[in-house]
Amino acid sequence: MFGFTRTQTIAFLVMLVLIALAPFFLYPVFLMRVLCMALFACAFNLMLGYVGLLSFGHAAYFGMGAYITGWTMKFWHVDASVAIALGGLTGAILGLCLGYLAIRRSGIYFAMITLALAQMVYFFCLQAPFTGGEDGIQQVPRGKLFGFIDLSNDMTMYWVVASIFLAGFLLIHRIIHSPFGQVLKGIRENEPRAVSLGYRTDDYKLIAFVLSCTLSGLAGGTKALVFGIATLTDVNYPMSGEVVLMVLLGGLGTVFGPTMGAMILMTMENYLAEFGAWVTVIQGVIFMVCVLAFRRGVIGEIGGLFKLKL
Amino acid sequence: MMMILGVPAPLLFGQVLLGLINGAFYALLSLGLAVIFGMLNIINFAHGALFMMGAFCSWMLLNYVGIGYFPALFLAPLIIGIFGLVLEKTIISRLYKLDHLYGLLLTFGMALVIEGLFRNAYGSSGMPYRIPDMLQGATNLGFMYMPNYRGWVVLVAVIVCLATWAIIEKTPLGAKLRAATENAPMVQAFGVNVPRLITFTYAGGVALAAFAGVLAAPILSVNPNMGTSLITTVFAVVVIGGMGSIMGSVVTGFGLGVIEGLTKVFWPEASATVVFLVMVIVLLTRPRGLFGKSA
Repeated sequence: MFGFTRTQTIAFLVMLVLIALAPFFLYPVFLMRVLCMALFACAFNLMLGYVGLLSFGHAAYFGMGAYITGWTMKFWHVDASVAIALGGLTGAILGLCLGYLAIRRSGIYFAMITLALAQMVYFFCLQAPFTGGEDGIQQVPRGKLFGFIDLSNDMTMYWVVASIFLAGFLLIHRIIHSPFGQVLKGIRENEPRAVSLGYRTDDYKLIAFVLSCTLSGLAGGTKALVFGIATLTDVNYPMSGEVVLMVLLGGLGTVFGPTMGAMILMTMENYLAEFGAWVTVIQGVIFMVCVLAFRRGVIGEIGGLFKLKL
Repeated sequence: MMMILGVPAPLLFGQVLLGLINGAFYALLSLGLAVIFGMLNIINFAHGALFMMGAFCSWMLLNYVGIGYFPALFLAPLIIGIFGLVLEKTIISRLYKLDHLYGLLLTFGMALVIEGLFRNAYGSSGMPYRIPDMLQGATNLGFMYMPNYRGWVVLVAVIVCLATWAIIEKTPLGAKLRAATENAPMVQAFGVNVPRLITFTYAGGVALAAFAGVLAAPILSVNPNMGTSLITTVFAVVVIGGMGSIMGSVVTGFGLGVIEGLTKVFWPEASATVVFLVMVIVLLTRPRGLFGKSA
């Protein structure tokens, strides 16, 4: 149904089991962070891995999603499901507006434009009163899902986050293996040819961009709900860099790579937090090593080793 | 007091001057980016970090070695240029056969490493750098008082931009460079050492960034983050100008600096975003940039 090959089905089942068992062995809040970032990375991979466009400003959609979810939970007291959906919607609308501008150029310019536009969003968030400036939106209540599931319990929250992640993961997989996804790959490989075959490539790129931004907003909103906080960190460019790194490290254009990358990077940050600014240096070194010697990423290398498509 | 458009004239001119100074940094940085992009097909994300290193280099020369501002204006770009040369030879040159995006990612990683190391060593609060005695004080221009150092920055930046333009457009070396930008294998076939040309182009672009860093040291505080806050704006400047022409980068850089300065007077809240707004307008009306060649 989702276009999995047999190995991918097995890998997916393994992932499912791991997600189900992990909270009994590891701290659920940490796992929720991993899942949120994994969804963000999967959404980003849709653009970079399958359309071949490097967006260097995905933090804008992630962060704005977080702000809107946080704001509507705290001040409008809406249901958690509505707040998260609004986070996704924010990502979609913002993605539509900024994507419309950015897809006018491709390649290196696309990266610079998305970065600049994201920086504009950052400055907006810095000055706009509703974001709380440097403080961010704090003490966002988790509230209730569908009116009756109390999310203040970490385990309940974990199952919700896991469901959102899996839904997003499967949706992305479905998109990639639909006829629409095949056209995207065609555009990545040879855009002039896709144009000559009669595809409106700009429309395809924009739709893919909006989908990617929607899921990024969803991930940001979920994160805001889990941690009860939405700040400038979520919307600033280091976050954009981080998601690029997750995808690159895990494996560009692979199904399980972004999730793997998010897991590795979050684990690393968790253990390296005490080293302060060294985290940036280590991230930078990983970036350079990945680009110079490890371009297929962890999952890509494993897949290459066993000749599997993961 | 003279008023222009309901604003006191000295305030207006003061902001225009500040805008010109920011514009000078934009121009020097986007110039370097454009030259590097032309030859290496890489957007040098580390440009901001190297700008910061230029400022730090002059600060170190003063505080550790006792070398003052004016020698530093030559020494810092030289030192950082050599650093850039080593970077290109050892790391960046491995990427030329790959997609352009990898160059962006690699240099982004380099920027993280450089900034992280400086943050570990010096914290992020920033250090002051005194304006040299010769350039202290202000001059009365009749319509405003101009701080001498600021006038100096604009003047020197314009001279360096023009010199770079002259080297690229009017000298035999520049001719080789432009030819190699168009068609590197052909130029190589004529016996020009293209890899060396590429290395020195990168070093030159980096030296320009470091030079801007030294100029900026007395104005901005010398801190590890000074480059990144600038580089995203410079990217917008590059998108607006297009990377096709040297003069285009310079004019766009200064022009946007002035626009930013004027926005500070008439609509202060938008001053941080105005460059990006201009970029949006340019993308809507002329996607390839004001001076860009067709996509």
